[in-house]
Amino acid sequence: MANNKIKRRLNKGSFHQLTSDPALFIGVILILASLVLFIVYPLYAAAKLSFSQDGLFSLSQYQYIFTHSYYRKSIMNSVMLGAIVATLATFVGFIFAFAIAKGGIKGQKFFQPMAILPIISPPFMFALSVILLFGRNGLITAKLLHLDTSGVYGLKGLVIVQVITMYPIAYMTLVGILQGIDPDLETCAMNLGAKRLKTFFTVTLPLALPGIFASWLLVFVGSLTDFGNPIIIGGEFDVLSVRAYLEFTGMGNLPRGAALAMLLLIPTVGVFFIQKYIIKNKAYVTITGKSSRRGSSSVTGVAKKWLFVFALGVSLFVLMFYVTIISGSFIKLWGVNWAPTFKHFVYAFDVGLTTLKNTLFLAIISTPITAVLGMVIAFIVVRKSFAGKQILDFLSMLSYAIPGTAVGIGYILAFNGAPFKLSGTAFILIAVYVFRNVPIGVQGGIAALKQISGDIEESSTNLGASTAYTFRKITLPLVRPAFFAGATFAFVRSMTAISAIIFLVSARWNHLTVLILAQTEIMRLGAASVLSFALIVVVMAFIFIIMKLTGLKQSQIFGTTK
Amino acid sequence: MEQNIDKDYLVLKDITKIFSDDRGNEVTAVDNISLTIKKGNFVTLLGPSGCGKTTTLRMVAGFEIQTSGDITLADKLINNVAPFDRNMPMVFQSYALFPHLTIFENIAYGLKIRKLSKEVIKNDVAMVSQMVNLVGLENRYPGELSGGQQQRVALARALVLKPEIILFDEPLSNLDAKLRIQTRTEIKRVQQMMGITALYVTHDQSEALSMSDQIIIMNRGEIAQVGSPEEIYNHPNSSFVADFIGNANFIDAKVSEINSKSITVTAQGKSLVVEKTDEEFIEGEEVSLAIKPEAVDISLEPTGFTGNLDVSSFLGSITEYKIEFENSFITAVHSNTTGHPMKNFKMGEQVHVDFQKDFFHIYKK
Repeated sequence: MANNKIKRRLNKGSFHQLTSDPALFIGVILILASLVLFIVYPLYAAAKLSFSQDGLFSLSQYQYIFTHSYYRKSIMNSVMLGAIVATLATFVGFIFAFAIAKGGIKGQKFFQPMAILPIISPPFMFALSVILLFGRNGLITAKLLHLDTSGVYGLKGLVIVQVITMYPIAYMTLVGILQGIDPDLETCAMNLGAKRLKTFFTVTLPLALPGIFASWLLVFVGSLTDFGNPIIIGGEFDVLSVRAYLEFTGMGNLPRGAALAMLLLIPTVGVFFIQKYIIKNKAYVTITGKSSRRGSSSVTGVAKKWLFVFALGVSLFVLMFYVTIISGSFIKLWGVNWAPTFKHFVYAFDVGLTTLKNTLFLAIISTPITAVLGMVIAFIVVRKSFAGKQILDFLSMLSYAIPGTAVGIGYILAFNGAPFKLSGTAFILIAVYVFRNVPIGVQGGIAALKQISGDIEESSTNLGASTAYTFRKITLPLVRPAFFAGATFAFVRSMTAISAIIFLVSARWNHLTVLILAQTEIMRLGAASVLSFALIVVVMAFIFIIMKLTGLKQSQIFGTTK
Repeated sequence: MEQNIDKDYLVLKDITKIFSDDRGNEVTAVDNISLTIKKGNFVTLLGPSGCGKTTTLRMVAGFEIQTSGDITLADKLINNVAPFDRNMPMVFQSYALFPHLTIFENIAYGLKIRKLSKEVIKNDVAMVSQMVNLVGLENRYPGELSGGQQQRVALARALVLKPEIILFDEPLSNLDAKLRIQTRTEIKRVQQMMGITALYVTHDQSEALSMSDQIIIMNRGEIAQVGSPEEIYNHPNSSFVADFIGNANFIDAKVSEINSKSITVTAQGKSLVVEKTDEEFIEGEEVSLAIKPEAVDISLEPTGFTGNLDVSSFLGSITEYKIEFENSFITAVHSNTTGHPMKNFKMGEQVHVDFQKDFFHIYKK
């Protein structure tokens, strides 16, 4: 039978006879060229600068970095923060996922959105909230506990906000894996005499291990490349991404900034390869016959209660930050004068309305481009075969592995002069959105297309449909959920982007997140809250409209349930 | 119509299909086969998995292009006809129903492509739904149907095009045993009623025997035997066919005497007379004897060979006995009809085994 499979796969190649398809050929060339221009070339520009001194190849930048404790410290800080956050966020995400997928806790309709809520929030909304709650004039620290402390700035505060920001990554990685574990396996373990806890540790947990590992790595990289939270709440705790930014824009030391960004690239690309080539092959495939898919509850009543309490606690904690931001928008001077006011709205819209409009405009332009490009690449990768397909697949996923800081620096260096003078234009921002977000669309598209068996398309052909008709009537409708999921992510990420675009905004084309950052830095927390609130409203409204228009459910868009 | 019946309808001539895998190794899936299918016939390609039967079917449908050879349909060469222009609806093993379309839309799919009017589509779908017993399910989605119902939708989707030929790729293998038997009668009934030519791929011998006008047995990319179900069952031309279609027992023997009409062989010191075949044997040659399970008699009276009863399984209308014999096992099947009461043997008991004449075949080793 294995032999048969090989045959089937090959047949498809020979059937479509792609290499003789000129439209495909031109399409592939165009896509490859744009991937090279907007992903490889900027990266090359940044790398080149970091490795050169007076026009010659040199390791002097790196030598300088590694011989100065000042820089070494920020590297160590980044790694330590990443490890702590990855461990805690994976733990929270796992328990949340377990409670929902296996624990069968009550209130799933509430908990499922809560489990992913932070990923659709502005990048440093939680940092801002934490300052409002625990900062020097914080509601909890100053008002309730009468402490005069700025202890929230630094590692502690960063850990809190990053765990909250990133546990959804762990949750989304793990919930699918836990749901994929056939309940029959757990039932069988119990049937063989294992108690529930024993079943958990001998069956459920080991089967979820590859997912736990994957989630740890993803969060680790997420923490390392995070820019918004550390710049606001990092304080004296210096991390690599912020250091690279300050070096590059603040001190104008372009080569050193580029070199620091390159260092960030090592772990992200490493994790990318581990993900792509090791974990994928290691994932357990639970091979079973017909599963009853009926779980005898794998947790006891008591455990269920604790899971519920945990999920509720996390959810309320997250909600508290939202409430804080919203209330911060209406309070005269946080920590000093608690009188309600609309003056922040007046001020914020005065300084920010144009930026909000521009941010929205650019996101709306780039979203369909990203979604269509992602689906086209996925279609080519899954259904067509030609030499160089692997390169297309690799390049389209690669930008996922490049930290925003490196992208931003790379774009500035690459597109600042002839032949590609783009800096200061809207086009450079659109390019950044499209090429940074396209991997999500590609990944979703590939998964969706792989689920549609070749039989279904063949069957359409067999009934007399041309290739174009089959694509329109069969393939497209079936990948529709994946398409809109990709579009939604593209929109959300365009609206909430910061690490790359902070290098690329201009007076004409500013971005809302950059404006919020500026307001926070000058301690106009009320205005920052209003703008964050506005950003959340826009993002939520977009998701709501997509769900209404397409009839898709939240779980379909965010891919949390199968 | 009558004159057409005997006409060669679908002809495969010298068809070879070679696949090459990623490393450039070449695998010959179908090796120079030729076959002819008459109009209105139900023809089955039968063989174990990997024998090339599905590849052959997919070449007929146009999903594979043969490496060499010609396929003609009603005297027209169709080598270069695109799969969507061949008008040979196929029923897939996975059914391949379109999950986002209702049952009505699934069945109407091919008609819509042919740009028929709404009225005609409605009528045709209604007619076919009635024929395969799907009335009332038109507005459901495939996911809401049982396996058997999904299978009937796949059949209806092909039938509604009123094709001259339908292709089947193991359409019943996802159904349970009882439904499979029911559905195969159904397919046969519809095929005869509409006078459609059918090319049917299966690895299930009982499906092939019960449905076909003609069976083509394939093995390792080649055709092993072609014939009616009776011919194939009663006169397998090779030990492969005898084994595959009749689950024959094989025992070692030696040719002791060759006459003009028969061959006498010895096995375990006893002589047996076998009908002569086209194959040439010489005296003293080691051969295999294939004996069908139903041609094996067991008794306690010391008549033929001796063996030990290993297991007997009562299967309702028949009983199957497994007997240890000559260091291997042979199977005997007995019908439990009145007049042939089931024999009660004990496990491990010494029994005597005899072979009914006419039922064995001699093959070279």
